[in-house]
Amino acid sequence: MSTKNNAWEYADSIENASHINLRKQYDLYIDGKWVKPSSNKYFSSSNPHDEKHIADVSEANEEDVDLAVQAAEKAYELWSKISAAERGKYIFRIARLMQEQARELAVIESLDSGKPIREARDIDIPLACNHFFYYAGWADKLEYAFPNQHKKSLGVAGQIIPWNFPLLMAAWKIAPALATGNTVVLKPAETTSLTALKLAEIIEASGIPPGVVNIVTGFGDTGAAIVAHPKVSKIAFTGSTAVGKLIQKTIAGSNKRATLELGGKSANIIFGDAPIDQAVEGIINGIFFNQGHVCCAGSRLFVEESVAEKVIRKLKHRMQSLQVGNPLDKNTDVGAINSKEQLKIINRYIDIGIKEGSEFFQTDCAIPTEGYYCRPTLFINVAQSSILAQEEIFGPVLTIQTFRTVDEVIQKANNSPYGLAAGVWTDKGSKIFNLTSKLKAGVVWANTYNKFDPSSPFGGYKESGFGREGGLHGLGAYLK
Amino acid sequence: MTAKYRFNEVPPSPSIDKVGVEERVARFQSRSIKTTAKMQGLKMALSMIDLTTLEGKDTEGKVKQMCFKAAHLHNGHPGLPVVAAVCVYPSMVGLAKSIVGKYGIKVASVSTAFPSGQAPLDVKIADTKYAVENGADEIDMVISRGKFLAGEHAFVFDEIAAIKELCGSARLKVILETGELTTLDNVRRASDIAIYAGADFIKTSTGKIQPAATLQVTYTMLQAIRDYYDETGKMVGMKPAGGISNAKLALHNLVMVKEVLGEEWLTNKWFRFGASSLANDVLMQILKTESGIYQSADYFTLD
Repeated sequence: MSTKNNAWEYADSIENASHINLRKQYDLYIDGKWVKPSSNKYFSSSNPHDEKHIADVSEANEEDVDLAVQAAEKAYELWSKISAAERGKYIFRIARLMQEQARELAVIESLDSGKPIREARDIDIPLACNHFFYYAGWADKLEYAFPNQHKKSLGVAGQIIPWNFPLLMAAWKIAPALATGNTVVLKPAETTSLTALKLAEIIEASGIPPGVVNIVTGFGDTGAAIVAHPKVSKIAFTGSTAVGKLIQKTIAGSNKRATLELGGKSANIIFGDAPIDQAVEGIINGIFFNQGHVCCAGSRLFVEESVAEKVIRKLKHRMQSLQVGNPLDKNTDVGAINSKEQLKIINRYIDIGIKEGSEFFQTDCAIPTEGYYCRPTLFINVAQSSILAQEEIFGPVLTIQTFRTVDEVIQKANNSPYGLAAGVWTDKGSKIFNLTSKLKAGVVWANTYNKFDPSSPFGGYKESGFGREGGLHGLGAYLK
Repeated sequence: MTAKYRFNEVPPSPSIDKVGVEERVARFQSRSIKTTAKMQGLKMALSMIDLTTLEGKDTEGKVKQMCFKAAHLHNGHPGLPVVAAVCVYPSMVGLAKSIVGKYGIKVASVSTAFPSGQAPLDVKIADTKYAVENGADEIDMVISRGKFLAGEHAFVFDEIAAIKELCGSARLKVILETGELTTLDNVRRASDIAIYAGADFIKTSTGKIQPAATLQVTYTMLQAIRDYYDETGKMVGMKPAGGISNAKLALHNLVMVKEVLGEEWLTNKWFRFGASSLANDVLMQILKTESGIYQSADYFTLD
């Protein structure tokens, strides 16, 4: 009988990218037309897997932003008055067009952002489509969503989105704004503009009146110009807490409304009576999903002391089966870090952690020699006072702390300037309810993590921001 | 040899969250096994098959034919492995042994009043002794599911330990009949009991009850094996049986074994498929992978 040790490696299974259709150069999408940036400046969007150039993207300045806001303001006159059913029709149309191009969108998202094709294909793109479908349905039912409140739209919404879920965040922002009769100026993040520009093409194809959605690309100052523009009635921002604070300062004293969805340092709490193997899976999904570039990542793990050794052993074992590498490989679990800058930030935190002297663990997997890659990383027995346990790293780095009592873990979990999300793992329903009512976090997941649905509101406490996106709450944020 | 434990030494079993298990299994199923990995996986799967016939109407002629196939999976294609074992009723063990023994193919015999297990212990003992004396290399026993569901776990443990003592050098596979245990928590508890009572392999099903070897059940049992290995450093084998009729499902099982247990388990010493129709689908896939064309099912023998 054969008893030889069979090494069995998964062969490359690279998603075909030959079908995608990208322009060499993207102008700004303003008033239903593709407009050259007034500065005539373009910047390169590149693939974090091999640092290769993908396409040139326009850099919008204040003048371009003004043009976009004016277009949106003009379009608002029409869009806010057409029948709600008609608005819904266009949003449904966008959703269906996105579905038709789902495969292309997934490949471009993976190329441009570094996320695994599996996630882009199975999570980002379907969820983005679902947001449009969900809000399309509400467009002519606002009177039932907010009975007898006679809600009105706000005007021009300035929307600034991050690079971790480029198309999905665009959907989160645009769909509810349109359903409620607002018009939009949206700026994608500079490292991941391409799917937003593909979305602009889809919006163009949908036949929606010109100016209802305008997409301007650029860096931080483009975003700042949107925030500062006097004709913008509402700011919807997802990104870092530092920029969120700047936005708050800029709009202070104005009539502008804002929803800010900012950083996090969310606690994932494992009790001794939890289904341990599924909890380990939840830890993995919590921190290594999208390379840890997730605002609600379960980046602080709290494990009850009685099972800590077992959980850590199982976690390390499970991490070894994570495939790190080419995002377009269908077997890749952890893709490329989005940018060189972000990789530097993550590596700086890893150095701090090593210096601080916490137990350090990384998987042994081979990683590509070029491109921006980081192995899945653990720091074990981290102190609450460690920088690693306090600051958002936004990468595949997990800190592990142990606890003995329920009160202790609630106190430690809440002891953070952030309050975006939390996870609780236990077989006891009563324990779940006790924790969910005491944890100061916008989302608390029980026996699961990183689950999103268009019908479920999402947002933070404290420095993780304010306002809710998704569900009925998400509609409310675009109405007065 | 397996260490001897008493029933009260079986550690408490962790609870199992079915929703979480389903999500994990979906991840295994999204693994894309192509080109070289696919060919290697398919050949590995062939070498892990326990070619099985367990019917009341089994005749010597039927068993002879199956035994010949076990050693000659597809004569038109040289270089294929032989299967791991043939699995038959005790009355056919001697015959099977006389045919496949010379190819290094093992003979597995079901035992302990298979498939229901509804017989007193002395009948089960006699059944097992008969199979071992006729040359069975492996004993596939069933647990008393009625007793298990009635909460008499110690009874189940003692029965397995008693059969294990009779096996001698034959390896003991313990069939949990997971389709009758109904919950994954029960599957996990029964796995732990079987392993600590001395099972060399744990096996999902008799093939007579549906559902049989679902990926969820197999995953839960693999976790039990993993935990035992972490605690004791000893390996236990796994045999999903029943319902694995196509190559793709077989490959997903191998993916689970690789990721949950590790590559040390990817040999027929530690992993088996209990199946009657799997071999032909795997053969068809191997030939398709090489030629690019599917052949008619008529080119694959039905034994």
